[in-house]
This record gives sequence, C-alpha cells and structure tokens, in this order.
Amino acid sequence: MAVLVYPENWDGKFKKLSFELVSYASKVAEMLGVQAVAVSIGSVDEGELSKLAAYGASRIISIDNGSLKSLDDQAYTSLIAEVAKSVSASVVVLSNNNTGKALAPRLSVKLKAGIASGVSRLPVSTSPFVVYKKVYSGKAFANVEIKTPVKIITLAQNSFEVTESPKPVAIEKSALQPDQNLLRTKVTDVQKQTGKILLTDADIVVSGGRGMRSADNWGPLVEMAGLLGAATACSRPVSDEGWRPHDEHTGQTGKIIAPNLYFAIGISGAIQHLAGISSSKYIVAINTDKDAPIFEAAQYGIVGDASKILPKLVEKLREVKSK
Amino acid sequence: MKILVCISNVPDTTTKVKFIDDQKKLDVTGIQWVINPWDELALTRALELKDDASNGVQTVTVAHVGLVSAEPTIRKALAIGADDAIRVNTDPADAYGIAAQLAEVLKTEKYDIILCGIESSDHNGSTVGGMLAEFLDCPSVTCVSSLNIEGGQTVISREIDGGKESLTVPMPFVAVVQKGIAKEPRIAAMRGIMAARTKPIRVYEPQAIENFTEVLNYEMPKPRAACKYVDAENAGQLIDLLQNEARVF
Repeated sequence: MAVLVYPENWDGKFKKLSFELVSYASKVAEMLGVQAVAVSIGSVDEGELSKLAAYGASRIISIDNGSLKSLDDQAYTSLIAEVAKSVSASVVVLSNNNTGKALAPRLSVKLKAGIASGVSRLPVSTSPFVVYKKVYSGKAFANVEIKTPVKIITLAQNSFEVTESPKPVAIEKSALQPDQNLLRTKVTDVQKQTGKILLTDADIVVSGGRGMRSADNWGPLVEMAGLLGAATACSRPVSDEGWRPHDEHTGQTGKIIAPNLYFAIGISGAIQHLAGISSSKYIVAINTDKDAPIFEAAQYGIVGDASKILPKLVEKLREVKSK
Repeated sequence: MKILVCISNVPDTTTKVKFIDDQKKLDVTGIQWVINPWDELALTRALELKDDASNGVQTVTVAHVGLVSAEPTIRKALAIGADDAIRVNTDPADAYGIAAQLAEVLKTEKYDIILCGIESSDHNGSTVGGMLAEFLDCPSVTCVSSLNIEGGQTVISREIDGGKESLTVPMPFVAVVQKGIAKEPRIAAMRGIMAARTKPIRVYEPQAIENFTEVLNYEMPKPRAACKYVDAENAGQLIDLLQNEARVF
C-alpha cells in the first residue's frame, strides 16, 4: 500500500506547488501508516528528483522518455495508472491545477477510484475516508466521503504548507514506456510568458477593478506590484473592457487564487469576484464606497480613491524597501 | 461533423447558497437555475463554428444528466441555438455517475467533438469531461481557450501554467473549455425561444451505476474578522500594519 503523488515539473524543474503536493501526500501516508511514493514524468535530473525526498517521499519513480515532452492526457494517465497499480496505491494525489484537471478524472475512470477535487486540508478521517473541499465556488464547503478502495485527491493550490520531513529515498528509473498509439495530442507551438510572476503561484497579488477608471491609470498599481514582488490581476469588467489581459481576470469564471495577501483596488466585491479570491489569507480593500461588499471580506480597508491612495502606498513601500 | 455540448443545470452565480436537513441538502427555495456558465460558453463556441458553413458542422446537440425539472434549462440551450438535446433521466449522485450515464448514451449516438465546461459552479469538480473521454477511450484536451477548424482539422489552444500551447488532436475528442473559448455567451432571441418548443429532447432511462463519493454534509465558511480601517490621508500606515501586524511581507 502507498500514497502515490504526481509532482509535475516545468522544463525539468519542480516548484513550490510540487513540494506542496509531496508534503501533503506524505502527511496522508503517515495517517494511513504507509509510504509516500512520487512519480515524475519527463526529463528531470537526479539532483532535482532528490529534492522531493526532503518533503517526505520515500520512493521516487522517474519515467523519462523523449516522447513525453508535452502533456498528453491519455498517455500520461496510462503511465500514472500503471505506477499506481504497481505500488498498490490506495490514494493518488495530484494538483487541482491545469494538469491535475486533465489527468485526475481520467485516472478516476481507469482505476475505478472516487475523486474529490480542490481539497484544501488533510483528510477529516481515513476510515471512512472523508475529505473537506470547497463547493459553490467557495460560498460553502463540503465533507465528502470517497467510498472506493482507491481514492483520488486533487489539492487546491496554496492550501497546504510546504513542510520538510526528510526521508531516505530510493530513486528508480522506470522502464515504463508510453503507448505510442495514445500519444495523439500534437503540440505545434508553445508561447510562454517570461519574467512575469504567475498569478496562480504568487504569494501577493495586486488587483484592480472598475474603480481604476481607465486603462491608462495602471502605472502605480503595476509599480506597487513590482515593489512587492507581486503578480497583477483584475476584475471581470476590467478584462472585458480590454484594460488588462484576460489571463489576469480573477473570479468565479476566471482564475481562482489563494495568495497570502490580495489587494482589491477599486473592486466592489461582487459575489462572483469573491468566489475567486475568498481563500486568500489576507484581503486588503481600497474603495470609494464605504458600503462596498469587498469590505466585508477584507481584514484591512481604506475608504478612498485609488488614484490618490496608490501613490501614497508606492511612496511608503519605496521608503520601506530602501531601508 | 457533429458537436455535442454537455451542460449542467446550476444555481445562478449570484445565489447565496443555504443548506437544510442538518446541512445535508441545498435549500432550493427561490433559486434561479441556469446553464453552467462555462457550458454556456462551450455552446456559444459550438454554434459559432456551425455558423461558418466552411467548418462543416452539421449539428450541435446538448446533453444533460438530470430529472425532468431541468428541462427549462435544456430548452434554454435549444433556444440559444442547439439543434436537439439528450437527457438521461436520473438525479446523478456524483460526477462519475454523470460521465458513466453519458458514456452509455454515446455508445449509440456518435459525435466528433464533445465540449464540456471546465467545471460546474456547484461542485467545482472539473471532472466530467476527462472521465467521459476515458470511458470513450478518446483523447481529451483540458483548459482549452480557443478551438478552430482549419481544413477539416481541429486547431486548439490550451492554457498551461505560464503560457499557452497550440495543438492539434484527431476526432473524436473531448475538449474541456474555459474562459476565452467564446467572448460572450449567446442570448436566446424570440425566434429561438419559439423554435425551441418543438426541438426534440431524446430522453434515455439511466443505467444502474454505483456512486463513488457521497457528500456527508455542507459547512458555511467561517466569518472573517471585522475590517480594520486605515485613514485615506494616512494610507502609508497600511504598509506598516501589513508588515508588522499581519507580517505578510
């Protein structure tokens, strides 16, 4: 028996998300009294693989094959399912990110395993196996029992602390090969953003809404994000107006994020926007309307005009940073 | 070419949800039911593809697993422009149940492109599309933000962490679509609403399928502490509080 975890890599490197997953899986393994096994797909060198041991993986299985450069839902699913069977996994953990959303449901059918997605805590109990997850886009939570012998969990991003618990580790190169007939997704072009902090990875997010008034007023907000090492985001009307790109839209139908700190600047806090940000640890609201619903969700607030307040915040941050 | 769009029937996104029966059941009193927003965008894209005759899309069908009470939502999809509909007559226990019922129907009804929204706004599972593809043993592409047909071939763009990939995939396949797939959801016009009344809904009786998961109960989020206000004239104080009280940077 084992808990199997799939920490994804990006160009051969793991990131915080991968370590969160392994930390989570190793705690679940502890609860069940079994080992945590990590499966890695793609070209990752031994030094990088061994990093997973620091977070509690006691066995790392690496499937490295030239034909696995980009995600193919069906082929990747087959490989993870093979490993799950070979290690007799009773729980399989993936991220609730783009890749996890592609693979976990297919695995569920392949392994006849019940799935709970977007889980944000350790299981409430292991027998019966009950997990706690967000429903109705964060307006509520549910305790969900998974009844099948094999269980699949996708972990909400930024919901579990990365915890070090080093274990002696065995790194194995797997002989598994992808079924060439399943590799039917042909990637023809990749466009990557460089030098920009990803919204879903960011610890701090600075977000603007209609209260920013026009596309031309974003300078101080971007500057503040730069000083904080934060990602920039926006509300739906802003991306619909074309003031900011669509990939910055946070909210129910855009990106769902859970940073440590979220600045909502000139955002009134419609229920659909709150659904995308309610898992943030701290929310700061800046709005001219003292009755705006965003202040009910926020821990810190300033009632006032963003165009007057942002320069003051930037000035103060510069002062703090220069010390 | 035939396109199938899977739709969920969900509470309107502005609904304040409440639970009854020891927090075991959603209180449906006064709830306005709508097509799941991502499914509505998927349907819009399917209809846009059909509008351009050079794409060779013959029909757009919508499929739903649910009881007769969901028919107004199915009729709405028909009013927006779907040609016909499938309904599997059962109240599904979980996402696996939905995908399994749909897969059963798709043993006899064949489609070239199957579109599913990235998640439903009720259980936020993001699972039905991928499950369906695995049942059908066909490719799937997830987080799809654009889908075009060029010379009979499907050209897809999917979002990856920190970027985008363009790709092609052979039919039949399942595309799990998200924001960007269509700009604005299409709205039903009066003519569409009239036409929808007579469009066919094929009702299938369900297979016996065991549920894999069960919601034991719901909880409401804990209320957050009251907001602490900083005077606008003295906005810089906020930075002090974040640094020294909240200790977030």
